[in-house]
Amino acid sequence: MAHEHKLEIFRGLVKFKNNIQKIWGVLIFLTIVTAVEVGLGIVKPAFLTQNFFVGMKLLNWIFIILTLVKAYYIAWDFMHLRDERSSLRRAIVWTPIFLICYLVFILLFEADYIYTVFKEGFLAWNF
Amino acid sequence: MDTTVTTGTEESVWGGGNQPLNASYGKMMMWFFIVSDALTFSGFLVSYGFSRFKFIETWPIADEVFTHVPFFHGNYPMIYVAFMTFVLIMSSVTMVLAVDAGHKMMQKKVILYMFLTIIGGAIFVGSQAWEWATFIKGDYGALETKGGRILQFVDAETGERAALADFSKALPEDRVKHEKSEGVWFMQDGYKTSFSLNEVVAGFKATPNILIRTETINEEGEKTLLSRQESLAKLKNATQVVEGANLIHNEYGSRLFADFFFFITGFHGFHVFSGVLINIIIFFNIILGTYERRGHYEMVEKVGLYWHFVDLVWVFVFTFFYLV
Repeated sequence: MAHEHKLEIFRGLVKFKNNIQKIWGVLIFLTIVTAVEVGLGIVKPAFLTQNFFVGMKLLNWIFIILTLVKAYYIAWDFMHLRDERSSLRRAIVWTPIFLICYLVFILLFEADYIYTVFKEGFLAWNF
Repeated sequence: MDTTVTTGTEESVWGGGNQPLNASYGKMMMWFFIVSDALTFSGFLVSYGFSRFKFIETWPIADEVFTHVPFFHGNYPMIYVAFMTFVLIMSSVTMVLAVDAGHKMMQKKVILYMFLTIIGGAIFVGSQAWEWATFIKGDYGALETKGGRILQFVDAETGERAALADFSKALPEDRVKHEKSEGVWFMQDGYKTSFSLNEVVAGFKATPNILIRTETINEEGEKTLLSRQESLAKLKNATQVVEGANLIHNEYGSRLFADFFFFITGFHGFHVFSGVLINIIIFFNIILGTYERRGHYEMVEKVGLYWHFVDLVWVFVFTFFYLV
C-alpha cells in the first residue's frame, strides 16, 4: 500500500497541499473536460467538422484525445497509478495499449476495405 | 499470505522478501483482472468501430437518437448522458475519498463515503435503465424496406422529424398480431405497431408536405432528404412499420447500431451493477468493523480499483457511442 501520495499534477504545474485537495482538483479538471466535450458535441463548429486529419474529422480527434486525457487522470490519480512503482505502472499501461493499437489497426483497415467492396462492387444495396 | 508455512526466511531476498512491484497479492490480482477486462471492452468497442466503418455512410447520428431527458419535453441531445457521466465520476471521487479515509483508519468517514458511492452507482444504473427504455420505445417511428433499410419522415415546411401519428390515416381494416399458433411455428410478430403499413402509405400519399429521409449521410453530415417524387418512389420498397428498437429492427437506422448499443452499454451496466453489489458487501464489512480489526482498509482500495475501472470504461463508451 502506497501511503505517501505524489501531490503534483500537470507535471508539477499544480501542486496540492494534501490528497483530499488533489482529489477535488482532479474532479474539477475532469468535469471541465467533460463539459468541453459536450459543448463541442452540441455546437459542432463548422471548421472542426469540415476539416479532416488522417481521414477523420478534427472534432472526432479532439473527442478521442480528450477521452485519453480523462482516462489518464482517472488511472493516475483515482486508481493511484501515480503512487505505484514505475515497473507495475508500465506493465499495466503499455500491455493493453500495444494490444489495442494492434486491434484497432487491423479491424478498422479491414472495415474500410469492406466498405470499398460494398461501394464499388457490382451488387448495390439500394432497395 | 498468512496461510503459508513460516520458515523464518521470508524476509530475505531469496526467501520471498523481495517485492519488485511493491503491491500486495490481492491488489496485483485486481490489476490483472482489470487489464484483461479492459481488453474485453476494447474488443467490443473496436468491433463497434469495425461495423461503423463498414457502413460509415449510413450509420445513425447519435445526436438524433439520444435526445430525451426525463421529466422534460423537447430535444436535448447528450444532456442526460453527460449527467450520467458526471454521476459516475462523482461516485469515483467519493470512492477515492473512502480509500483516503481508510488509509487514515477513520471508520465513520469510510462508511459515509462508501454509502455515497453506492448511491451514485444506483443512480447511474437507474439512468441507464431509463435510457434503454426510451431507446426501445422509440421516437417517431419509421418504415423498413425490403433490404432492411430505414425510411424516416420529415415535415417539409418545418424541417422537423414527423412522427407516424402526425400523418397516418386510420383505415377501416382489422389488424391482428400474427401469432405462432396461426401459421408456421417460427413466424410471429414481435409487437403490434400503432399503424399498419397500409395506413402509413395512405397517409403519406394524402399529406403532400411529408418527405422521406434515407439513412445515407450527405456531404454536410446530415441524412439525405428525398424530394416528393423520389419519396413516393421509395415508398414502394417499404415492407413494414418499425417503432422503437430491438435486436432485429431499429427505427433509428442500422440495426447493428442497436445491437451494439444493447450489448456494450448492457455489459457495462452489468459491471456497474456488480460493482454496486460488491460495494454493498464491503460497506457492511466496514460497518461490522472487519477492517478495523484487520488493521488496514486495503479491501476498500481493491474494490475502489474496480469501481474506477468501471468509470474509465464509461468514459470510452461515452465517447464512441455518443460523441464521435
